[in-house]
Amino acid sequence: MTLASSLLLPPQLLQVGALLEVSGLQMVYGRVSAVRGVSFELYPGEVLGIVGESGSGKSTVLRLLNLEERPSAGTYRLAHHQDLFALSRQEQRAARVRDIGIVYQNPHLGLRLRYSSSGNIAERMLTAGERRFRVLREVARASLSASEFPLIRMDDPPQVLSGGMQQRVQLAKAIALEPQLLLLDEPTTGLDVSVQARVLDTLRHLQSERAVSMIIVSHDLGVIRTLADRVLVMRHGQVVERGLTDQVLEDPQHPYTQQLVHAKL
Amino acid sequence: MKLADLTHARTDYNYAFLDEHAKREVRRALLKAVAVPGYQVPYASREVPMARGWGTGGLQVTLSIIGESSRLKVIDQGADDSVNAANLRRFVARMTGVQTTTDALEATVIQSRHRIPEEELQTGQVLVLQVPLPDPFSYVEPSRSLARELHADSDYALLWLRLYEDLTLHGEVLTGADHPVLVQGHYVMAPSPIPRYDLAALHQAHHLTLLSAGREKRLYAVPPYTDVLPLAFDDVPFQIERQQGWVCQQSGAQHGFMNEVPQEDGRSYVLSDTGYLEKLLRQKRGEPAIIGARRKSQQDQPGSAL
Repeated sequence: MTLASSLLLPPQLLQVGALLEVSGLQMVYGRVSAVRGVSFELYPGEVLGIVGESGSGKSTVLRLLNLEERPSAGTYRLAHHQDLFALSRQEQRAARVRDIGIVYQNPHLGLRLRYSSSGNIAERMLTAGERRFRVLREVARASLSASEFPLIRMDDPPQVLSGGMQQRVQLAKAIALEPQLLLLDEPTTGLDVSVQARVLDTLRHLQSERAVSMIIVSHDLGVIRTLADRVLVMRHGQVVERGLTDQVLEDPQHPYTQQLVHAKL
Repeated sequence: MKLADLTHARTDYNYAFLDEHAKREVRRALLKAVAVPGYQVPYASREVPMARGWGTGGLQVTLSIIGESSRLKVIDQGADDSVNAANLRRFVARMTGVQTTTDALEATVIQSRHRIPEEELQTGQVLVLQVPLPDPFSYVEPSRSLARELHADSDYALLWLRLYEDLTLHGEVLTGADHPVLVQGHYVMAPSPIPRYDLAALHQAHHLTLLSAGREKRLYAVPPYTDVLPLAFDDVPFQIERQQGWVCQQSGAQHGFMNEVPQEDGRSYVLSDTGYLEKLLRQKRGEPAIIGARRKSQQDQPGSAL
């Protein structure tokens, strides 16, 4: 191969097929169009940030990706699944357990607060069909230590834990089965700044060690800047700008993005 | 022709108390329940002259399936002579005129609360169990509609999670009576609050088991020769009640499920199944008694093989 021809090859990242492809995503609630024709893709090991103000449709996109609702239109390819939206309810359930992990802003959405923390992780494996108690314990322990949770408290219920710890339990639950895709919905909003920094640190470690593919939704540009490789800016249910994180945040092109960046920084 | 010729003669009560429509409705629900083992079939649950929670579900099933050739046995916690059992038996006998018995082998219909007779029931016998809470999810999932979805998907992670929590926090499973069982590989059902010792009597049984909750308006069934397996982790064996070394004070038997009887100088034990105990005592006195085969179980006595 000559030097000239190798220069013509696309960068290494693009030679790998996309892990996830969403196209033409639409969600209509009555007269309200929450999401209007959103398309994007995610490559293996990549972190994609979605920013936008409240009501821009970013959380709806995440709910659709987590198969909590069916969209009005659109396709969703993830790993070996051709179109997750076309699957039956049971198949979607199985795909959700196996291939998608999610961390919510509010721990009570993702956790059973009265059950033990390790039990929350065990539940996910039990749903996937694991029936050996010892394996449940081992995976819970491994997963909690990966999310840097103090193991001495692994059997405490999340309701007695601090907010940061609860997010770590959620994270451990999300990564227990090593999903193809990790969704983060405002994972650090509502935590104080020092705890926020430590949770973000954990996410970065996880990203560098396990090369987890993540989609992170946040209105906090600091979080996006720390974690995301690429970013989508959403407004009124549409993507108004997309690009590398640094590029978009340093040199915003769309007036709305400019406004957002100036307001935040 | 007079009008009186075209109508039934007036009677105070219909045969077996319930009107024919009510009985037919229960029978149709029963057919569905037998066709889908372990599935909870809703039914109307009529008024009977007894408070909900005192076995009205079991009573309605008994009244719907009983006929002139039936022989009825009613037990409560294994005893034929407890108040609940005696009242139910007297009521059904009065409303139908059927023969009653305390012998589990002679009975064609056995209505029971909390126990299954010690002697192995045979083909053609029907066991009717009174159920307080028909849904095993009622302990863990407050939403009925979500619980129904979970049943449909055969997603029982929450019930397993309960076992996990018990093992993690207490080192053993604390379900006590009403330990959830998996029926023929799909539905998990609440076996009514029978001791864990009795669960083996449901697995691949010769007899038909009908379970009915009057207050909750649900009935379900375990047809003969159906797999009924208690939920238990692969590496933590299922345990029945610990009763090693207990000896029946009256009969001297060392097998079977015992009740604890507090005494001034400690405790003594007596067989919980009074019909069976009666036969053992008759045999002990040298009187004729036909004692049925003890039903198959993993252990002869609760806890002896652990």
